[in-house]
Amino acid sequence: MCGLAGILNRYGKRISGNKIITMANMMEPRYDGRGGGFAAYGIYPQHRDCYALHIYFDNEDAKELTEEFLKEHVLIVKDEEIPTRKIKEIPKRYITWRYFVEVPEKFKNNEHDYMISVVMGINDGIEGAYVISSGKNMGVFKATGMPRDVARLFKVEKYKGYLWLAHGRFPTNTPGWWGGAHPFNILDWSVVHNGEISSYGTNMRYLEMHGYKCRLLTDTEVVAYLFDLLVRRHRLPYELAAVALTPPFWKHIEKMPPEKKKLYTYIRMTYAPAMLNGPFAIIVANSTTMIGLNDRIKLRPLVTAKDDEFTYIASEEAAIREVAPNIEELFAPKAGVPVIAKLEVD
Amino acid sequence: MGFPPEFKVVVDKEKCIMCRRCTIECPYGVHVWDEKKKTIIRKEENCVACQRCVFTCPTKAIQIEVRPPAYSPHPVWTEKVRRDIRLQAETGSVLLVAMGNEEPYRRYFDHLVIDACQVTNPSIDPLREPIELRTYLGAKPDYLELEESYSDIKLKTELTPNLKLETPIMFAHMSYGSISLEAQKSLAMAAKEMGTYMGSGEGGLHKDLYPYADHIIVQVASGRFAVHEEYLKVGAAIEIKIGQGAKPGIGGHLPGKKVTEEISQTRMIPVGSDAISPAPHHDIYSIEDLSRLIYALKEATRYKKPVFVKIAAVHNVASIAVGIIRAGADGVVLDGFTAGTGAAPQVIRDHLGIPIEVAIAAVDQRLREERIRNRGSIIASGGIRSSADVAKAIALGADAVYIGTAALIALGCTVCKQCHRGKCAWGIATQDPKLRKRLKPEEGARRAANLLRAWSFELKEILGALGLNSIESLRGNRDRLRGIGLTEVELEVLGVKPAGR
Ligand code: SF4
Ligand code: SF4
Repeated sequence: MCGLAGILNRYGKRISGNKIITMANMMEPRYDGRGGGFAAYGIYPQHRDCYALHIYFDNEDAKELTEEFLKEHVLIVKDEEIPTRKIKEIPKRYITWRYFVEVPEKFKNNEHDYMISVVMGINDGIEGAYVISSGKNMGVFKATGMPRDVARLFKVEKYKGYLWLAHGRFPTNTPGWWGGAHPFNILDWSVVHNGEISSYGTNMRYLEMHGYKCRLLTDTEVVAYLFDLLVRRHRLPYELAAVALTPPFWKHIEKMPPEKKKLYTYIRMTYAPAMLNGPFAIIVANSTTMIGLNDRIKLRPLVTAKDDEFTYIASEEAAIREVAPNIEELFAPKAGVPVIAKLEVD
Repeated sequence: MGFPPEFKVVVDKEKCIMCRRCTIECPYGVHVWDEKKKTIIRKEENCVACQRCVFTCPTKAIQIEVRPPAYSPHPVWTEKVRRDIRLQAETGSVLLVAMGNEEPYRRYFDHLVIDACQVTNPSIDPLREPIELRTYLGAKPDYLELEESYSDIKLKTELTPNLKLETPIMFAHMSYGSISLEAQKSLAMAAKEMGTYMGSGEGGLHKDLYPYADHIIVQVASGRFAVHEEYLKVGAAIEIKIGQGAKPGIGGHLPGKKVTEEISQTRMIPVGSDAISPAPHHDIYSIEDLSRLIYALKEATRYKKPVFVKIAAVHNVASIAVGIIRAGADGVVLDGFTAGTGAAPQVIRDHLGIPIEVAIAAVDQRLREERIRNRGSIIASGGIRSSADVAKAIALGADAVYIGTAALIALGCTVCKQCHRGKCAWGIATQDPKLRKRLKPEEGARRAANLLRAWSFELKEILGALGLNSIESLRGNRDRLRGIGLTEVELEVLGVKPAGR
């Protein structure tokens, strides 16, 4: 069991972390204290054009090696400690640092893939250094603990963002280390996930064929990479990317009008290895969009609601009711059918 | 020098009613009526243990037993070795055998186990929830190009033809000539009923099979028997046969005495002439030549049929498969060294080639490394005995499998290994009109379809236990397999972890 929450201000208005912390706290029976975290978009407006790298280090050596590596590959505009509070619930185990970096001019035409290789270079190549998030104008804060304590540890309430994700963990299948907590992030993409990806082996090998390296000991990373591959690289609209990941059953496709049937058949044939199977609810976000998605037979809970300004997604209704007294309608999306909320300003 | 009989024919005198049925049923001349003595004598040395007399005896009076080895035991000079040498000393010829490899190599399927869900990931009950087995064989694009207008989305990409299978199991190529028309018809009818396909083999397509041709993959082999425009056009797909698992690197030979009127018409060769399939195709001496044949066949069928290429699984199978896909094939058929055959030299069958499991693993991995896994399907063939083997083959990386021997067993074959003698007591590997009558196509079709039905249901049970509701989530999912009793190197080749990790 895990708990998920997401909130998007569709007009890009930034709000403090308090709302998402409240949402996360409402679902505490779903967590066991072995992992909690937040993703926040819009929190670094003063460095909006830089990639913000949140990195955890085991020790000073790892930090030094990483900085050498960074200086070789990117331009560091600014770096500082990610501020933390001293709390007894979560002893600080890592050095937490953030770097605002730019991609050198000569790699600008392939900026995105270049940054992915930089991130993977650190995660893969430097012992004791973990890139926790790497998007622009966003950051991930996570640790081993209850979400409320993780929020206190990182002073999450002090940040202001327009899109927030939260996650509380009850890990069953992967060890509970700070890096293993959610959200999982790669560049612009963040994912929080409840459940298991039973198709992990198939998805991972498909992603590897496309140059991704799945090394983080978590099945959640495949979700982020699949969105990156399908939406960014293959330019599928979100709706169709969701069809590829959690397609309707063939018996339903058979009954569709001819054009649609062909489109869906082609998607299933082409993206068969991308299909996500197993019990899961996920919320995926990038700087403009928040998507909620369930597995094909809805084996994990997910509800959503909207008011004038915000779209909410959560594992439990209570999380939404607590922060949104004026919602129009609260509903549970059908199995495999995505909830897509987009930023309405640019 | 003779040989002691291998089997003992035991008749219960109390049960036997002297109906003489066994003298008619046994095609090998074991039970013979002695007119003088008014009794049945038994020439045990002829018995092949095909079990025909056992099943057909109305009072169940007959039992066939293995004779305890008659030779003084020796661990190196086994009875089989001694028999083979004595036979060759007698005849001076190559030992001909039928069915698959008999040497006790490691069967990797038996060293792989499948995962299941407990608690954290609920298993799925196939009786309550849909579980999908549909599989498409053929090339898939790297991605789909779409045309997005304001109101709707249109496809720009057109997919090349694929075969749609409702279950990932097909009937392997067994030619008309090597098996009877009744056996082929049985499989064709079952394939059509179950939404899958059968292979024609290299002997062409008898007119009676044309109604099922949309469920038949037509083969083009080195003998080019019966390859004409209509043959290519009526089939669902085309398969170029380069080699087969039971006899890699060598051709085929259908003796003239089996080339009856009907077979001669289908194969387009004179009655009574030997049908020789040369070892290589005489127009394929390189991968470029293969590519030319692939495109010649695609041109001839206006790019409406997928073209597969079948090879025996040999040491270098991964690079060869890459070459085949790059040459334009829509899929590669890997035939492992346990594959069956109607006739092959024993030395070739038992000592050449590699196991299908490692071939699948190596090819799937290499195609991924080359980033062309989507450009062609992998069809695994040879020695698939159960739905568990099917599931393991798919988890290792196959898209679908062919079954040959298992399909024949469904029709009544008892694996007596006499196919090359043309006297199959069950009407399968024979052209003798009297023996052929023993197999009724409707009954054969019912049994073959039932086998597919049973295995398909078992596959759904396995998927359900894995918490997967579609076969594509099992394909290449080696994460859900574990090895037992395998060395580190074997695990690495198969790409699986040991049990306990
Ligand atoms: S029918 Fe078969 S089993 Fe029976 S005696 Fe003849 S060869 Fe042996
Ligand atoms: S097909 Fe006939 S001859 Fe061949 S093994 Fe089976 S029963 Fe024996």
